[in-house]
Amino acid sequence: MIYEGKQKIWSDYQKDIPDDHYFYVRSCIRQSFFPASEQVFLDITRNRLKKDFFETEHHTTCGGIAYHSDAIPQETAMTIIARQFALMNKYGYENYVCSCITSFGLYTETLETWREFPELEAKIKEKLWESCKLEFAKPKYLAHASDIIYKFRNQIAQQAKFKLINKKTGEPLRVVEHIGCHYAKMFPSKGFGGAEYPYVLAGMIEAWGGEVIDYPERRHCCGFGFRQYLVQSNRGYSLSNTHKKFESMEPFKPDMIITNCPGCPYFLDRWQYVISEMEGKTYGQDGHGIPVFTYEEVAGLVLGYDPWDLGLQVHQVSVEPLLDKMGIPYDPAKKYQGVNGKDLGRPELPSCPGL
Amino acid sequence: MNNNVIVIGGGPCGLEASAQLHKMGYNVILIEKDDHLGGHLAKWDRLFPEGIPAKELLDQLTGNINGVKYFLKTEVKSINLLDKEYNVILSNGITILAQAVLMASGFDLFPAQKKEEYGYGIYDHVITNADLENYFKTGKDCRIKQNPQRIGFVHCVGSRDEKAGNRYCSKVCCATAVKQACEVKEAFPDAQVYCFYMDLRMFGRGYEDLYLKAQRDCGVRFIRGRVSEVAEDLNKQLVVKAEDTLSGKPIKVTLDLLVLMSGMTNCSAGTRIAEMLSLKRDEDGFFTCKDTIFSLQESDKSGVFYAGACTGPKTLPDTLHEARAAALAINNYIKNKE
Repeated sequence: MIYEGKQKIWSDYQKDIPDDHYFYVRSCIRQSFFPASEQVFLDITRNRLKKDFFETEHHTTCGGIAYHSDAIPQETAMTIIARQFALMNKYGYENYVCSCITSFGLYTETLETWREFPELEAKIKEKLWESCKLEFAKPKYLAHASDIIYKFRNQIAQQAKFKLINKKTGEPLRVVEHIGCHYAKMFPSKGFGGAEYPYVLAGMIEAWGGEVIDYPERRHCCGFGFRQYLVQSNRGYSLSNTHKKFESMEPFKPDMIITNCPGCPYFLDRWQYVISEMEGKTYGQDGHGIPVFTYEEVAGLVLGYDPWDLGLQVHQVSVEPLLDKMGIPYDPAKKYQGVNGKDLGRPELPSCPGL
Repeated sequence: MNNNVIVIGGGPCGLEASAQLHKMGYNVILIEKDDHLGGHLAKWDRLFPEGIPAKELLDQLTGNINGVKYFLKTEVKSINLLDKEYNVILSNGITILAQAVLMASGFDLFPAQKKEEYGYGIYDHVITNADLENYFKTGKDCRIKQNPQRIGFVHCVGSRDEKAGNRYCSKVCCATAVKQACEVKEAFPDAQVYCFYMDLRMFGRGYEDLYLKAQRDCGVRFIRGRVSEVAEDLNKQLVVKAEDTLSGKPIKVTLDLLVLMSGMTNCSAGTRIAEMLSLKRDEDGFFTCKDTIFSLQESDKSGVFYAGACTGPKTLPDTLHEARAAALAINNYIKNKE
C-alpha cells in the first residue's frame, strides 16, 4: 500500500462545506434501526460545535426506497424532494443536509438531472404546485451528515475524552470503514475521497486515533442492495454478500466497523448473528462478533457520551468488548433501561455470553 | 526565401522526417523538450512483433540525422505566421523563421492512476506497460518481486473507455501486451500469465503469429473480460476481480504483479503549441487532419503539417511512413510556394 497515492486521490476529491446554518432531514429507516444516532448528531452539532442545525417534523421520506424498488416513478420521487426543498426555503435555509445515504444519492441524482434537463425541473415545479400549492428553490449546498462530522472531525478530536486506541496496548484500533454505495459510487465528485478510496470515514478514523483497514472486499456491497433484501426470495444473495465481506476482512483482525449508511450497519450487524446460526462461525475477537457502528455513535463515544444513551444496546453484536478496549466506562445494569428506567427487555441470545 | 523547416518532437517520427527533409536539401531545425532524442522509443526495450531491440532502431534513426540542427530541453515559447513564414521563438532565446512546421509531437501515455479502481500508485505491485519495458531495459523495479508466480495484464487501460473519456482504440496495446506476456514468461518461466482483454486487435503482419506463440509456447491464458477492481490482501498480493465473458462468470485471481496497458493520448506539450496556432482538434483530443484519406499530413493551417501519433494512435511502422509522407508533403508545399 502506497499511502501517498491514496492521499493524492483524496486531495483530488475534496468539496467545500459551509460552516453553519443547515436544514436537517432525518432518515426514515435510521430512526427505526439506530434511533439515537440522529439525535446525537444534532446534539454534537448544536451543543458541542455550537452550529445552527434546524429540523422540522413536517418533512417526509425522500421516497428513495420506493424509487429504487420501482414502486414509484422518478417524477414522483422528484416531487417529494421538491416539497422538502420548499420546506427548507420556508424556514429560511439554503444548505441542506440529510441523514440518509440513499437520500443523499437521490438528491444528488435529482439535482444533476435537473441541471442536465431543466425542462424536467420546470415540470416538477408544476407538479408541486398542483399537489401542494408550494414553490421551491434548489439548495445552494447539499451535504450528507457524515460530511459535516468529517468537516469537524478535528474539533471533535480536540474535545475527545476517548480515542480509537486500545487502552491496554496503546495500539490504534483496527477499523473497517464501509461507505454507503449511494454516497459516491454514482457521482464520485460528490463524496470526500471519491468512489474508489473514500476518505469521509477514513478521515474520522485517522483523526480519532484509529487505523483504517483496506481489505480486498472493501468496496463490496454490505448485503442490503435493495432488491437483494427487499425481494424475499433474494435474501440469500444479501446474506452471501455480507458473508463474503466478513471472510475477506477476518484475516485483518478488525476491532470494529464504522458505516455512514442506514442499511450497511444494520445488515453488517444483524447478519453476523444469522451467519453464526447457519455456519456456526462468529467473527471477531473471542468469538464475540465485530461490533458495527454508525459514525455518529463513534463520534459520541469519542466525545464521552454514555454508550446506552447512544442506543448501543439495540445492536445485535454486543459492544462491551470494544468499550473495554477503549476504556469507556459503562453500567451493565443500565444497558436495557430506556427513558426513565423503563425495562426494554433482554435478548434471548446475546452475542457476549454473560452480558 | 530561406529553406528552414521546423520539426517539433524528437521521437522516431520527428527523427525520420528530419532525416528525409535534410536529404531533400532543407535546413531542418528539430525541437525536443526532453534531454534526449527518441521519445518513448528511447525508453522501450524490444519491439513487436519480432522482438527487435528498440535501441537498434533508435541508433539507426539518430544516425540518419547528421547535419540536422537539433535543440534538446527546448520548448516553443511562441509561434505565429508572419506573412508567408512562421516565426518561432524558442525557450533558449533563439528565433527562427521557417517555411513550414511539422508537428511530430507524438503521444502521452494515458495516466494509469486515472483508472483508480486498478490501484496504480496505490498498490505495491501494480505497474504499467512503460514500467515493464523499463524493467526489461534496466533489470530494476522494486515493485516486481524476485520470482513472481502469477502475473496479469489488463488491456485497454484508458482506451475504448467512455468513463476515461477515451472512446478510441490505442492500436498498439494488444500487440504490446502479448509481446510483454511472452517476455515475462521468458523472464519468469514458472509464472502463470493472464491477459484480460476485450478484443484482441492483432491486425498487423506477424501479430497473429505472436498471439499463437503466446498461447501455444508460453501458455498465456487469455480471459475475455474487463477487470472491475483490484485490491491488496494481507500478504500484499493483488486480488483482481474480472468478468470472464466467455464462460459468463465473474472471476477472482490473486496475482504477484499486474501490468496495466496504458493507451495513448495526444501529447500535452504538442497541444499547447497547437493552441498557439489555433489548430483544430477532434473530440478524441488528437489533431484534425485536412481530410482523413487523401491529406492526412496536412493541417487546417497552410504550412503546418502532421505526422505520427499526434493525429491518433499509431504503430511505429505507420509513424515512420507518415514521417516520410510528411516530408514529401512539405517539399511539395514549399516548391509550390516558390
